[in-house]
Amino acid sequence: MSTESILPYEEVHGDQRNNPYVIHPATIVEKIREAEDINTYRLQLVDEGTRRRFRFKAGQFNMVYLFGVGEVAISIVSDPDEPQILDHTIRTVGRVTKAVADLQPGETLGIRGPFGKGWPLEEAKGRNVVIVTGGLGCAPVVGAIEYIFRRRAQYGSIKILHGVKTPHDLLYRERFDHWRHAPDTEVLLTSDQPDKTWSYHIGVVTELFEGVTIDPAKSIVLMCGPEIMMRLGVPILMRRGIPATAVYVSLERHMECGIGLCGHCQMGPYFLCKDGPVMRYDRVKQWLGRTGA
Amino acid sequence: MATASETCCILPAGDLQRLLDTLSAKGYRVVGPTVREGSVVWETIRLVSDLPVGWRDRQEPGRYRLEQSGSNEIFGVVHGPQSLKPFVFAPREPLLQIERSNDGFTTSPTLPQSEKVAVIGARACDLAGLAIQDRIFLNDTYRDPYYAARREGLFVVAVNCTRSLQTCFCASMETGPRAHNGFDLVVTEVDDQLLVEAGSEAGRDVLSGLPPSSASEDLIGEAARRIEVCAANQVRRLDRSRLPQALYDAHEHPRWDDAAGRCLACMNCTMVCPTCFCHTVEETPDLSQQHSAHARLWDSCFTQQHGYIHGKNIRPTIKDRYRMWLTHKLASWIDQFGTSGCVGCGRCITWCPVGIDLTEELPALLDHGFRGVGKSDRS
Repeated sequence: MSTESILPYEEVHGDQRNNPYVIHPATIVEKIREAEDINTYRLQLVDEGTRRRFRFKAGQFNMVYLFGVGEVAISIVSDPDEPQILDHTIRTVGRVTKAVADLQPGETLGIRGPFGKGWPLEEAKGRNVVIVTGGLGCAPVVGAIEYIFRRRAQYGSIKILHGVKTPHDLLYRERFDHWRHAPDTEVLLTSDQPDKTWSYHIGVVTELFEGVTIDPAKSIVLMCGPEIMMRLGVPILMRRGIPATAVYVSLERHMECGIGLCGHCQMGPYFLCKDGPVMRYDRVKQWLGRTGA
Repeated sequence: MATASETCCILPAGDLQRLLDTLSAKGYRVVGPTVREGSVVWETIRLVSDLPVGWRDRQEPGRYRLEQSGSNEIFGVVHGPQSLKPFVFAPREPLLQIERSNDGFTTSPTLPQSEKVAVIGARACDLAGLAIQDRIFLNDTYRDPYYAARREGLFVVAVNCTRSLQTCFCASMETGPRAHNGFDLVVTEVDDQLLVEAGSEAGRDVLSGLPPSSASEDLIGEAARRIEVCAANQVRRLDRSRLPQALYDAHEHPRWDDAAGRCLACMNCTMVCPTCFCHTVEETPDLSQQHSAHARLWDSCFTQQHGYIHGKNIRPTIKDRYRMWLTHKLASWIDQFGTSGCVGCGRCITWCPVGIDLTEELPALLDHGFRGVGKSDRS
C-alpha cells in the first residue's frame, strides 16, 4: 500500500538496483550466545562497495540466507549509525534457523535487504516511550531500546514492561538490570508461572499497566509479542487516554520475498514485509484477532 | 481522428496464415491455443490448422468440454485453463545460481533470455489479468526484473469474444468482452472474415505487412453488434458496489463454513486465476554442495504451509483459506492495488472440481441480513 519513507533499494545496492533478489555474502565476525537456542550473529558484508552503501533504519529486517538451505526474515538489532556490522538475533525454530545454529565465526551467511518499516524512533523523539513486550526473546524491541539509550537525551522517560511465562524465559537479564538503573527509566517484569526465585510481579503483562503512570499526551507505546497481548493490552491503554495513533505493534507473519510479492505475509490489506512489520495500531486494529486474517 | 474503417483491416479467415508467417518472419515464436487432452493449452504453432478450428468449449461450474461446432470457426474456443500469466509470471522461475567459493559464495542472477513471443487468441479478460500483474510486478514498490524480461518480448494478438460461456462475467467486471487496450493486435471473427485492428506501434508494423484491405462500415458494425450480444448473453454477474468493506464486514458470516464444507483446498482456482501472484522460494543444492539453484514457484493460499509461522498456522482450516482467497481477490486487492483481483474470466468456477462459484458465494456472504463484524471490532 503506502510507500512512504523506506530507504529506496537502489540507494543501498547501487548497481544491483534492478534485482531485489540478489543475495550478498556476509561473514560471521562474532556469534553471541543469548540463550540455549538464541544466538546473535554479527555480520559483515564481504563486498566492500556493498558494505559502504548499506544503510538501514532501526527495526528493518534482512532476509538472511544460508547456502543450500534458504532464506529467513530476521530483524537487524544493531545500531543504524554503525551499518558496517549488522547484528541479527536468531532463535532456532525452523529449517533454516536450525542449520544456521551450527555456524561459527568465519563462516558465511547471505543478506538481502534491508526491508520493511521499523519502529517510529524519529517520531518518538521528545516523547515518553512505553515499551510493552511479552514472551521469549523479543529481539526487535531490544534493538529499539538500545537505540534509545544511545540517544538518551533525545527522549523523555522510558518505561519497559516485560512479561514472561516462566522465569526461565527471561532473556537479557543483564540488560534489564542495566536499564533498570538508568536515569528516568522504569523496568517492570512479570511472570505468570513464577518459581520461588521470582521477586517481581506475578501475572500477565497487561496487569503491569496499573503500576505505571503514563501521560497520554506525551507518550508513544511500542509493543512486541503475542497478538493476544496487543488485543487485550491496547484497549486498556486507550481507556487511559492514549490514542490508537500513538501505539505501534510489531507483527509476525511468514515472509519469503521481503518485497511484497510472495503473498504470505498479508494481514487484511497489508503486506507486513513492506507495510510493516511495525504497524500503527489504528491501521491494524480491525485485523488483529480475526481468525485467519 | 481516424474512423474505424481507416484503422481496421480485413483479413479473409483463409489468410490468417499470412499473419502467423509475418510474425514468424519478424522473429516471434508464435503461440496459440491447441487442443490437448480434452482442453486447450498454449503451444508453439506454425499453421492455422494447429489452432482449435471447428471446436467450441462448453464451460459450467466444475465442467469443461470441447465440442465440434460444425463450422470452420477459428476462434470458437473461448479459453482453456491458462491465461497469459504463465508467459510473464513463470510457474517456475530460476532466480539465482549460487556457487560456493573460497570466501563463501557468489550469486549470479538467472534472468530469462528475452524472447519475442507472439500469443494468438488472448481474450479481454486475459488482457485485464495481464494489466493487473503488470501493476503488481512492475509498478509497485519494487520492479521485478524476471517478470520485466519476459514481459518485454510479449506480443499479444487478442480476440474479441462474440460468444459467452456459462461461466463468463467479464461484462459486469467491465473487463470485456471487447478488448479495449493492452493488445498489439485484436481480431474479431465475423463468419469467414477477420477484422483486425492494431493497438500498438508493433501491431501497426505487423499489420502493414499484410495485404491492405480496409474494412467496410457494415462489417465493423456487425462485429460490434456480435460483441454486444455476447455481453448481453452473460448469465453470471458480480456486483462490486459494496466492496471492499462489505466483504471485510462479512468475516464471521456462516456462509464461509458452508463454502469450506465444499472446498477441497485443491488450489485449482489459484492456479488458473490470471492474477494470483503468490509464490514460494525453493533452494536446490546439488549433491556436491558446491552449486545451488534459487528459484521461485507458484504457491497457493490454499496450502497448509502458506499461513505457517514457527509454531502456529495463521490459517489452519480450509474455511480460513477460502476466506483468505476470496477476501483478497475481491476486497483487499482493491486496497492494495486500486483494482479488483478478479477479471471475470470464470476459470475458477469451471476448474473447481466441486463447482464453487464466486458469483454465488459473494451475494450469499453479503446477504441474509447478516450484520456481523470481526471480533476485534466488538472490543
